[in-house]
Amino acid sequence: LHLLGKLNWDAIPFDQPIPLFASALMVLAVVLVLGWITLKGYWPYLWTEWLTSVDHKRIGVMYCVLALVMLLRGFIDAIMMRSQQALAAGGAQGYLPPEHYDQIFSAHGTIMIFFMAMPIMIGLMNFAVPLQLGVRDVAFPTLNSVSLWLTASGVLLTNMSLVIGEFAKTGWMNYPPLSELKYSPGVGVDYYLWSLQISGIGTLMTGINFVTTILKIRAPGMSYMRMPVFCWTALATNLLIVAAFPVLTATFAMLLLDRYLGFHFFTVEGQGNMMMYVNLFWVWGHPEVYILVLPAFGIFSEVIATFSGKPLFGYRSMVAATMAICIISFLVWLHHFFTMGASADINGFFGIMSMIIAVPTGVKLYNWLFTMYGGRVRFTVPVLWSIGFMLTFAIGGMTGVLLAVPPADFVLHNSLFLIAHFHNTIIGGVLFGAMAGYNYWFPKAFGFRLEQRWGAASFWCWFVGFYLAFMPLYALGLMGMTRRMQHYDNLNWRPWLILAAFGAFVILVGVFCQIVQLVVSIRRREALRDTTGDPWDGRTLEWSTPSPPPAWNFPQLPRVTGIDAFWTMKERARAEQATRPPRPGYEPIEMPKNTATGFVTAFFAVVTGFALIWHIWWMVGLGVFGAFVTMLVFAWREQEEVEIPAAEVARIDRAYRTEMAT
Amino acid sequence: MSTAAVFGEEPVAATGDATYDGPAPKRIVVTYGFWIFLLSDIVMFATLFATYAVLADATAGGPTAAQLFNQPRVAVETAALLLSSYSCGLMAIAIGARHRTATYLGAAATFILGAVFLGLEISEFAGMIATGATPQRSAFLSAFFTLVGCHGAHVTAGLIWLTVMMAQVATRGFRTTVERRLLCFSLFWHALDIIWVGLFTVVYLMGAR
Repeated sequence: LHLLGKLNWDAIPFDQPIPLFASALMVLAVVLVLGWITLKGYWPYLWTEWLTSVDHKRIGVMYCVLALVMLLRGFIDAIMMRSQQALAAGGAQGYLPPEHYDQIFSAHGTIMIFFMAMPIMIGLMNFAVPLQLGVRDVAFPTLNSVSLWLTASGVLLTNMSLVIGEFAKTGWMNYPPLSELKYSPGVGVDYYLWSLQISGIGTLMTGINFVTTILKIRAPGMSYMRMPVFCWTALATNLLIVAAFPVLTATFAMLLLDRYLGFHFFTVEGQGNMMMYVNLFWVWGHPEVYILVLPAFGIFSEVIATFSGKPLFGYRSMVAATMAICIISFLVWLHHFFTMGASADINGFFGIMSMIIAVPTGVKLYNWLFTMYGGRVRFTVPVLWSIGFMLTFAIGGMTGVLLAVPPADFVLHNSLFLIAHFHNTIIGGVLFGAMAGYNYWFPKAFGFRLEQRWGAASFWCWFVGFYLAFMPLYALGLMGMTRRMQHYDNLNWRPWLILAAFGAFVILVGVFCQIVQLVVSIRRREALRDTTGDPWDGRTLEWSTPSPPPAWNFPQLPRVTGIDAFWTMKERARAEQATRPPRPGYEPIEMPKNTATGFVTAFFAVVTGFALIWHIWWMVGLGVFGAFVTMLVFAWREQEEVEIPAAEVARIDRAYRTEMAT
Repeated sequence: MSTAAVFGEEPVAATGDATYDGPAPKRIVVTYGFWIFLLSDIVMFATLFATYAVLADATAGGPTAAQLFNQPRVAVETAALLLSSYSCGLMAIAIGARHRTATYLGAAATFILGAVFLGLEISEFAGMIATGATPQRSAFLSAFFTLVGCHGAHVTAGLIWLTVMMAQVATRGFRTTVERRLLCFSLFWHALDIIWVGLFTVVYLMGAR
């Protein structure tokens, strides 16, 4: 009977102790969390206030929670790889068999890029961009919720692969012909492809949503050249999402056709062309690294300006540099495979473009330095992450320029030097940026600051741990060690790999400090309470609202008269000796109504994805039909908005003002 | 727009916030967002076009484009699709005039012409598969079926969407949300025409050589 397609009891890893233990632990953790929610009776609250919420702030918070949980998952993979490589030298085989090790490095890359870095940046943009623009929500609030839940569907499917079946053993880029059915007959590649197709649709819709929001919905007076730099970088990132993600969707669709219907896009047979996959993958993949790092650049710009007490140095050059990166990022993709065998002219062009893209990034670095110069810098946790970033990213950028020289790349290609380089930029750039943003906006989201000492401890562990873990990889790359080795015979490499493993454990202490920081901050929240809404003496409009802001953000849309809109308002108030500009009468506000559309759509997406992975065709039909009906129900809903009465708006705003005055 | 307006160089005191008046009306926001979606869809087609261009000669000893394509049939297909864009335009006028019967007629014409296009495409595919020119035969045929089939899938989605929209007009009348959705449908339908013009040129005209 094939009612369940390829699915049977062999899919559960009963014969492999490590995956079985890991699956059991994960299932137990999920059951415990769900059980705790049920016991405490939190479901109604969770459902009405969070899971069905279309509020951009709550969606942002949920994205960040998802990303931080996935950071832990991806980090466990990293610790396993580092310890395996520290052990498996010469005669020793370590504790991970090759087929398991291959899944771990594939899952680590996939999870860290798609389910950690992407969601945390999208989460921070969701939270901060509408507030900074001085408006009440994004252009399409329900679509925003659908995006979040489709991303969560991808996360769920990827993590299900740990328990049911296997994950890809192909590396996170999933290159054919290895990823073709002939060489990867299992469900691992299918888990990879369907997870990323589903979450990719969510990401694309986020891109459409934010481009529309930033270009069409801003507070009166906020011309383009008055937008905060974070909004500019968010615009560039979302333009890149709109232009790059469809390429990934189409490429994965072609590979799926190869695997499911015997097409010949990338196969060895039928005159398929596997290098076309590599080209198309990186046509998406290189813009992707800027999709990740541009919002981080925006966060550093906000943090540095705020805590230096100065306007950002060279605002216009920052904007120009951001948009230059946005465009040039589409002209460098071939540097990921100089060894393909393209002509010297082609390699030369892409090498030069890759060096040119470092110029606008250098402009940014100087802008941050000149902003701090002569400023009264407050060394808070976000600033520590920012300074750590500037040092680390400069090194990562320079090794990147080195790799952009094709002859050098021929030597270093696929070596640990490359691994060191991109972790240098992604940890030093994206992760440090995410942590700066997390510490910076946390009080706005929850109404109390994060504890400083544990935050600083976590930064120093990450910073020192990063150098210990990745500088040895540069040396190993120059010594000729290639990436993705489950075992090696050259004993000269071992001391460096032990050092790298030690570095990973120092980072583990940093992760531990972050968890402690959160717990301590929640317990001491009364002492850390932010009653002013402006704990850092901020410059942009999100700090002109209470912490946390009401669902409608602003009782009236602010009028913007310059860059650093809130700072300008405060200056004017100081000059006029008034605490705040007086507010005229309050009016009722129309807000989008909460809806389960996103959550239900995602449920059917998981059903469809799972059925496709296991070839359960009747269930595919059921899932698609369910999603279609959900859309019809949404299209026919009677009430789309709820009205917040003027009295309620006035009550919240007056309470905030009274708090401010005391 | 002058450079001063783009770079915000005008003195703040003189013009105040005349540079930007605040959030655009919902109708503008929705159609603008839908344009961005269409652009992303066109990027996806661009990927398939590029793939087709790379694989057009990768026939693996199988049939070539010149042997397979039947230009007269494709001409009829093209005519049906272009006419459906015209009837879609007439439907938009009827919607603007709040004329239900004319709207239904325009939609019916659009649906029938779209279905004719799709029927011809399916019969073309079936004919090719019957002669052994299947997508599994060569990389060229994989790329052909995917590019043309992806456009066909979009047309199918458009027909379903149009049916749903007529049900909305019937049950809800011309309320603003329904009108905005119909506007987006028009944009979608015309975009499919534009893609078909490119497809017709790259696949059928250039393939005839």
